[in-house]
Amino acid sequence: MANSQQSGGYYLPEPSSWPIKGSIALFLMASGFIWFLSGTKTGLWVMLVGLAFLVYMMVGWFGQVAGESESGKYNKQVDMSYRWSMSWFIFSEVMFFAAFFGALYYARTLSVPWLGDIDNKLLWPNYTPTWPTAGPYDAGAFKTIGAWGVPFWNTVILLTSGLTITLAHWALKKNNRSQLILWLAATVALGCLFLFFQAEEYIHAYKELGLTLGKGIYGATFFMLTGFHGFHVTIGTIMLIVILFRCIKGHFKPHNHFAFEAVSWYWHFVDVVWIGLFIFVYAIVG
Amino acid sequence: MAQAHTHGKNEHVQGHGDHSHGHGDHHDHHPTGLMRWVKSTNHKDIGTLYLWFSFIMLLSGGALALIIRAELFQPGIQVVNPEVFNGLTTMHGLIMVFGAIMPAFVGFANWLVPMQIGAPDMAFPRMNNWSFWLLPPAAILLVGSFFVPGGATGSGWTLYPPLYIQNGIAADMTIFAVHILGASSIMGSINIITTILNMRAPGMTLMKMPLFIWTWLITAYLLIAVMPVLAGAVTMLLTDRHFGTNFFNAAGGGDPTMFMHVFWFFGHPEVYIMILPAFGIVSQIVPAFSRKPLFGYSSMVYATASIAILSFIVWGHHMFTVGMPVTAQLFFMLATMLISVPTGVKVFNWVATMWKGELTFETPMLWAVGFIALFTIGGFSGLVCSMTPIDVSIHNTYYVVAHFHYVLFSGALYSIFGGVYFWLPKFTGNMYDEKLGKWHFWLTTISFNITFFPQHFLGLAGMVRRYADYPLQFAEWNMWSSIGAFILGPSQLLFLYIVLKCIKGGQKAAQKQWEGADSLEWTHLPSPAPYHSFETPPVLR
Repeated sequence: MANSQQSGGYYLPEPSSWPIKGSIALFLMASGFIWFLSGTKTGLWVMLVGLAFLVYMMVGWFGQVAGESESGKYNKQVDMSYRWSMSWFIFSEVMFFAAFFGALYYARTLSVPWLGDIDNKLLWPNYTPTWPTAGPYDAGAFKTIGAWGVPFWNTVILLTSGLTITLAHWALKKNNRSQLILWLAATVALGCLFLFFQAEEYIHAYKELGLTLGKGIYGATFFMLTGFHGFHVTIGTIMLIVILFRCIKGHFKPHNHFAFEAVSWYWHFVDVVWIGLFIFVYAIVG
Repeated sequence: MAQAHTHGKNEHVQGHGDHSHGHGDHHDHHPTGLMRWVKSTNHKDIGTLYLWFSFIMLLSGGALALIIRAELFQPGIQVVNPEVFNGLTTMHGLIMVFGAIMPAFVGFANWLVPMQIGAPDMAFPRMNNWSFWLLPPAAILLVGSFFVPGGATGSGWTLYPPLYIQNGIAADMTIFAVHILGASSIMGSINIITTILNMRAPGMTLMKMPLFIWTWLITAYLLIAVMPVLAGAVTMLLTDRHFGTNFFNAAGGGDPTMFMHVFWFFGHPEVYIMILPAFGIVSQIVPAFSRKPLFGYSSMVYATASIAILSFIVWGHHMFTVGMPVTAQLFFMLATMLISVPTGVKVFNWVATMWKGELTFETPMLWAVGFIALFTIGGFSGLVCSMTPIDVSIHNTYYVVAHFHYVLFSGALYSIFGGVYFWLPKFTGNMYDEKLGKWHFWLTTISFNITFFPQHFLGLAGMVRRYADYPLQFAEWNMWSSIGAFILGPSQLLFLYIVLKCIKGGQKAAQKQWEGADSLEWTHLPSPAPYHSFETPPVLR
């Protein structure tokens, strides 16, 4: 009942085929990937078809929601529902990162020191449990990435992008469209710059430092934490680009622009995770 | 439930005249047949889908359990080989936890949250649809893993490495099934929390909400907090299996017990995810048949919140024997025992609600009273397990199996059965067959106790769980347990018959079928409830 504002002010959408399309897409992606992992190249294609279908679903679904929002179908209550849901979604993301940070702390403060205790001396007599470590089995030497080079500049880039998106938000509130587009474009550019440096850093780690995913617990926690963060920055940048195009098309009003705010919340969340990474993964090493 | 739809159609036709503002043609294009269910954005349709899915999974998981019990009827290997047996115990656990119990409670939440808080539907009807339709792909991955090379994963539902990492392709299927189920749970929980926080009728303050709503609000919070942690844990398993990481490999500086910590940080709140909504349902049923308001409403709310908070700091009690500092054992032991305080508050409150009430024992009340009695047994055996020195000898024995079946079967599942009988008149507009309902209860309760009570003795005598074979000394009680299981399983087909019969017809149910029930679905909505629960917010006193 798309028109049910008359009946009590509630908004109720029509039946929708987007969810089932999303389920089919995820099923194709999961089963294709599983097939690929068991050694069948065809699986990769199944997975890519699923991914394309998922992108089609997201474009369609989000497009429909954006259209409904722009045509004024949403009231204050719907706006509030979106605010609650985005907050809880970000909380779920915090808990996802918490699992990997938890693994890092557990390894550094408990399990790696235990590997050097008297029991394990029988198994690994020559092992000294210091951080960073690839474990008692000799996986080959590696060097870590210093905090005060590229990671420091990446911190500066992300913090600056937090500032530019806030400037864009202020411009939107003042209905200054050119300023809005300028600052939003700057945020997108900073996001891309961050990703570029991160990719360069990975290449450097693999080619010159000998630091790979397989280098024991250090390599695992380093690449999984920074990798998932980089993945979230990628998602955030795509979200920013979508919002930028919507701004160029003239979407959003000074007092009604939750999609914009949701993206900026997400961007700040990604920013905060990076601060945690910078401190616990890069800065405190020895 | 088909009744609800027919009724809903009438509502639409009537509603059309009320506001024919030129775009009423939307009303007439609601899909019918299969597409009604596939594209539904209606909380009742989606709730029905959840409940049927859950029942199908219950029968599937139950069938696996019967194969297990057939194998354990006698010592020796008769029915399945040990590898298949490992797959059976693993998939029985995963299917029952993620396929049967959790979706059943989400089904109730879908049906009841909008009705009990005075809303027309859930806050996000389309996302609600997706939350459900993610379940079948996950179920296909889980059940399909029996039929791939190597068979179903055999590491137990806890997915412990290193065994899990050595499993075949089924392990990857399970990992992605868990990912999809997690996405479904998180979206479902966000929807439920948002609905409860933002869609309540004016005057429905938090402390006026029915207890079922409170327990689901807190459950949804727990789900959002821990499902991502499980996603992280299984992602680490995946990268350890295929991408050369060493999270759980000591040679690489990792630690297999780290998985246990991460898993049980999810796993213990998960246990309360499966019991808090049960507390909510029982807290609706007991006052209705005692014809008294719930005793100690606010203490029930605070007890639920306390259990949820404590659930995050007790996970170590699942792994007392894997090696941890004595200080940690002491902490986890005492924190675990602390949970019995708010749980005790609940049990005493239910008993106090019944005290001097005008009690009658229709089928829902039988399940609720059965819940209180048998869940309490499970609670006490849990307290026994919580003591580290005792747990060292009963860890991984049938004592633990008996314990968690008393809290999950005669706890969670009893409340689900009770809830179905309690709300069937509201869902369908018809009364269920009272006599058959009582048969279902007594058959289940007697055979349940024959099945699981002897497992306490087996565990104390030292029988280890998840083994396909056992020494001769355990033969007698295993035989009894298997006999009980083969009565218990088929008894659930009676439940299917009762529900189908009730949907097809029967004595018409009154709006307020249970005179002691006082939540909005009984006081403000007819039976069966209309397609959109409240088109305008109800007026609350």
